[in-house]
Amino acid sequence: MTEHVRIDTHDAWVEFPIFDAKSRSLKKAFLGKAGGAIGRNTADVVVVEALREITLSLREGDRVGLVGHNGAGKSTLLRLLAGIYEPTRGSAQINGRVAPVFDLGVGMDPEISGYENIIIRGLFLGQTRKQMLSKVDEIAEFTELGEYLDMPLRTYSTGMRVRLSMGVVTSIDPEILLLDEGIGAVDAEFMKKARRRLQDLVARSGILVFCSHSNEFLAQLCETAIWIDHGRMRMSGGIEEVVTAYEGPEAGAHVAQIRRELAAEALASGEGDR
Amino acid sequence: MSTAARDADAPIHPVSDSQTFRRGFRDLQHGFTQRELWLSLGWQDIKQRYRRSVLGPFWITIATGLQAAAMGILYSALLDIPLREFLPYVTIGLIVWNLISASILEGSEVFIANEGLIKQLPSALSVHVYRMVWRQMLFFAHNMLIYLVLLVAFAVWEDLSWTVLLAIPALLLLLLNAMWVSLVFGIFSTRYRDIAPILGSTTLMLFVLTPVMWTTQTLTEQGGQVAERARLAQIIPTYHYLEIIRAPLLGAPVAAYHWYIVIAITVIGWVVAIFALRNYRARVPYWV
Repeated sequence: MTEHVRIDTHDAWVEFPIFDAKSRSLKKAFLGKAGGAIGRNTADVVVVEALREITLSLREGDRVGLVGHNGAGKSTLLRLLAGIYEPTRGSAQINGRVAPVFDLGVGMDPEISGYENIIIRGLFLGQTRKQMLSKVDEIAEFTELGEYLDMPLRTYSTGMRVRLSMGVVTSIDPEILLLDEGIGAVDAEFMKKARRRLQDLVARSGILVFCSHSNEFLAQLCETAIWIDHGRMRMSGGIEEVVTAYEGPEAGAHVAQIRRELAAEALASGEGDR
Repeated sequence: MSTAARDADAPIHPVSDSQTFRRGFRDLQHGFTQRELWLSLGWQDIKQRYRRSVLGPFWITIATGLQAAAMGILYSALLDIPLREFLPYVTIGLIVWNLISASILEGSEVFIANEGLIKQLPSALSVHVYRMVWRQMLFFAHNMLIYLVLLVAFAVWEDLSWTVLLAIPALLLLLLNAMWVSLVFGIFSTRYRDIAPILGSTTLMLFVLTPVMWTTQTLTEQGGQVAERARLAQIIPTYHYLEIIRAPLLGAPVAAYHWYIVIAITVIGWVVAIFALRNYRARVPYWV
């Protein structure tokens, strides 16, 4: 385990250069430099500022939800926190083993069997082959795919693939868990089961950052929230507070209610144990 | 969570270390420690290509063998060299050339081809390079079966001496070169999409200019102007790479200068690769 699981970003920017066909070719770069008069330089490339002035620090135990409109920069922020995009300005320091759950399909090979995919997927998430072999039975049981696990992945339906990748992701112990929404496409019964496993996973992980449009999900998993708007952090604070500001008092009340119910449930089950 | 650093843990110095040598080396080192991943991915790449075929990866061997046989028989007649000498020469030349050209061609596409993985999973960039080089090694190993057949069939083993062992360091050098080539060209062709096609045609040109299908010896023996022109092969870098591995495998002597040239290019290439890693490593996810 990494000693101090933490994420610190300081005035981090993520800017995507947009190379159109012209500026991405060597010819233009050379001609531009030689010509001079045309005035082509590196600053001339069109840049999309996906994230601006992101300063935050997350510590062990933080459970953060991300809210914001489509295209506000939530997914990009998750990728910044994962260390995939290193900031173009400012800095980002990430300590801890990151488990990103963005696209459940990436790293899956349609031609190999479900079992083999479980192993490969685990290796991608920083596990060793040995660790994965010891977990494979448990994952197989969770996915309820039975003999299908010996079949190549291309024979699976979308829902079956999601089951498989959910099984792998929830079997590991990440220090930093980054969840992007869009887990859908599984039947209700499985979702209930997955949610429990997801909650266990969240409880095991040091830091959670979760991006979702579902207030119910956010209320269940997060304590605090950040509102991303046009690539900036518009607001950060308690989950109710942020959801209220973002979506209005009604949504905020809804979140508060779910949290109260959860607290009551936890209390009840806690007493039940005793 | 707070927007300001907490006092309990000192705030991390807000200087980005993205463009440092340390991060570049760490990328290479981290990638290497993930070898369980790239070893199995490399295998998977090969197995997938021949999935459901009866012979599987041995189609690699058969394809190269057929090509070498056809070229060997044709060119030994054209150049008037005994088949017993020429067929092993062409075969090994082709096997090594396949390794060289695939390293250049696939190396330049190594990050573009892995766009999905690079954008979705945080891992060292070098993982993709190691995977590619490992895959090429596996191809090479399959092709070397033909060499074993030739050893017996054409009694090549009679010519061999201890120098055959030199092929091992030569192969290692080749793989080191495959790595810097894919780091450098991989990074730059992600940024400038013209580089990959340029390399494609350059490699084709190098194939013709490198003595794979012909020998420098036949040209020198003709004497006069032709012999002069044969010396032009010396400026083709791939000639030296080919020579240090082909000659030991055939039991022929290798002039030391081939080794010096290859080692010099390796060192220069790696210096460039390390600078490329320092300056542009963090940019690759933005460019793919």
